[in-house]
Amino acid sequence: MTYAQPDATGHFGRFGGRFMPEALIATLDELDTAWTEAKADPVFTAELDRMLREYANVPSPLYDATRFSEAAGARILLKREDLNHTGAHKIRNVLGQALLAKRMGKPRAIAETGAGQHGVASATACAYLDMECTVYMGEVDTERQALNVARMKMLGAEVVPVRTGSRTLKDAINEALRDWVATVERTTYLFGTAAGPHPFPAMVRDLTRGIGDESRRQSLELLGRLPDAAIACVGGGSNAIGLFTGFVDDADVRLYGVEAGGDGVETGRHAATITGGDVGVLHGARSFLLQDEDGQTMESHSISAGLDYPGVGPEHSYLADTGRASYFPATDAEAMHAFDLLCKTEGIIPAIESAHALAGALRVAKELGPDATILVNLSGRGDKDVHTAAEYFGLIDGPVVLEEGVEE
Amino acid sequence: MSAIDELFTRTRAEDRAALVGYLPAGFPDQRTSVAAVEAMVEGGVDLVEVGLPYSDPVMDGPTIQAAAEAALAAGTKVGDVFDVVAASAATGAPTVVMTYWNPVERLGVATFAERLAAAGGSGLITPDLTPDEAGEWTQAAHEHGLDQIFLVAPSSTDERLAMTAEAASGFVYATAVMGVTGQRQQTSSLAPTLVERLRGVTDKPVGVGLGVSNGEQAHEVAAFADAVIVGSALVRCLLDAPTPSAGVDAVRELARELRAGVERH
Repeated sequence: MTYAQPDATGHFGRFGGRFMPEALIATLDELDTAWTEAKADPVFTAELDRMLREYANVPSPLYDATRFSEAAGARILLKREDLNHTGAHKIRNVLGQALLAKRMGKPRAIAETGAGQHGVASATACAYLDMECTVYMGEVDTERQALNVARMKMLGAEVVPVRTGSRTLKDAINEALRDWVATVERTTYLFGTAAGPHPFPAMVRDLTRGIGDESRRQSLELLGRLPDAAIACVGGGSNAIGLFTGFVDDADVRLYGVEAGGDGVETGRHAATITGGDVGVLHGARSFLLQDEDGQTMESHSISAGLDYPGVGPEHSYLADTGRASYFPATDAEAMHAFDLLCKTEGIIPAIESAHALAGALRVAKELGPDATILVNLSGRGDKDVHTAAEYFGLIDGPVVLEEGVEE
Repeated sequence: MSAIDELFTRTRAEDRAALVGYLPAGFPDQRTSVAAVEAMVEGGVDLVEVGLPYSDPVMDGPTIQAAAEAALAAGTKVGDVFDVVAASAATGAPTVVMTYWNPVERLGVATFAERLAAAGGSGLITPDLTPDEAGEWTQAAHEHGLDQIFLVAPSSTDERLAMTAEAASGFVYATAVMGVTGQRQQTSSLAPTLVERLRGVTDKPVGVGLGVSNGEQAHEVAAFADAVIVGSALVRCLLDAPTPSAGVDAVRELARELRAGVERH
């Protein structure tokens, strides 16, 4: 049976939906209608394809990582999303959402960001498409990602440090929603992951599914068949859902989502939402989340800022629930081991997010054996993580001071 | 007839608007929050909204966010909210809980409804739950005789206004501005239009909230609404006070001023 989710009201089985203030419902309906029309309009899709091709360097190549494969003990193919403009899969999502906003006549965009990657991608798309851009970023994150703050400002965006709650990504989302409810007539919200209220999970999936569709085609060209498994890291889950969607109807392709295990799920210091969380409602959708016994959101922990989120997109909860995809954690240590291995065997510095997928691939390779072919989404490059990784591996003594007050 | 229905029958007979006051449970501490609710009722509040402090209050502005954070930091639990409800209901004022959805779902919708009813609560205001997702809550509310107060906004379509008003009981909560909670200099120009649109689709009482902070504004809103809802300004009394007891006195004073405002004479 062909996979057809979500239903008309945005439910993936018991997950998803729309838990939002009434003030935003009309806008979400408007966005849903606009997206449904746009994706059926050949003029819109041709323009988006052109932007992706000429500007974002999409489709990204599929790369046969032979030396990493030797170390892993199975054939590993890397979908090179790290080679996209701005260095990650996220450009696919923002270009689509920003082009849709232009079509809807919204001159201003807002976005939330954790590590700053979605913020940088949003600022980029807004510069490219001549839109105003405001990015909300937790104050804690503005301090640990000062270079990304500078990047966003260079690209013409306003960056607002969020000082409420835990002052991280979840609070940046809260603040962006507060902005949106007050400015909704002229503002669009470029949501950074396949979570949030309907239609965001489905729309973001539609925009990132090129990852899966391209790599399916590329696998057939390279191998003459499909891979045995497809693996991606899962924070909110936009790169993973993009990859999985290309293969969800291929029952023989195993799908694995690798969550951020932090210090280990058993320590409580992790961001493995599906592995270690419970079902609840956060940021507009029902899904797995990290929460205490009263339903208060708990803080997540991961060496990877991009995976450091206590929620997850509702479609992943559905795929986990139905058993179509399997989710397991990789700890900080496992991810950094895989990070180091890819650097040394392939000369590719991955994003620490993507290193979680690589760690997952090393584990799955052991399970499936040397005849297996495993497709890994290398969702982003690691330039942004050089400082974190260098500190982790003890390669530098302290923070590198670029200029007074700015650390990387 | 629910306690809230009886209240609006009475205020209509008295030709005035009802005064609804919001305070979060556990802020600045459990004891003071109970004292503040009691003071608010002494000052003239007719219906009490007890806020359940939540980690991610997307509909709230800085004042209520700060109070919720402080209440959580002070260790406020969902069970404490029911204790404040019980103390509030004991004053005779109908009492509802205002809560984001996840804490309700976490405890279990049926269990939450049962405990709320047992504490003497009259219903629930749900800022991030619209009737579209409220199937389980509707069933539990009917079982325990609780009112379901849903919100409408200036951006609501006519179709959604009618649907929401139909699903609501007790009263319909009209958010007067497009934005989050908090005091504003002027009352909203959007509110009269929204209330008028609601009158076209429902006979249920309409409460207007968001931005009302003093007697004069309360008086303006009372001219066209069945209830005037005040939150942030009352919370501000507690936030700004040098001592908890001074805060409680300030709450009582503000309630008196607001009550004078909602009298239509």
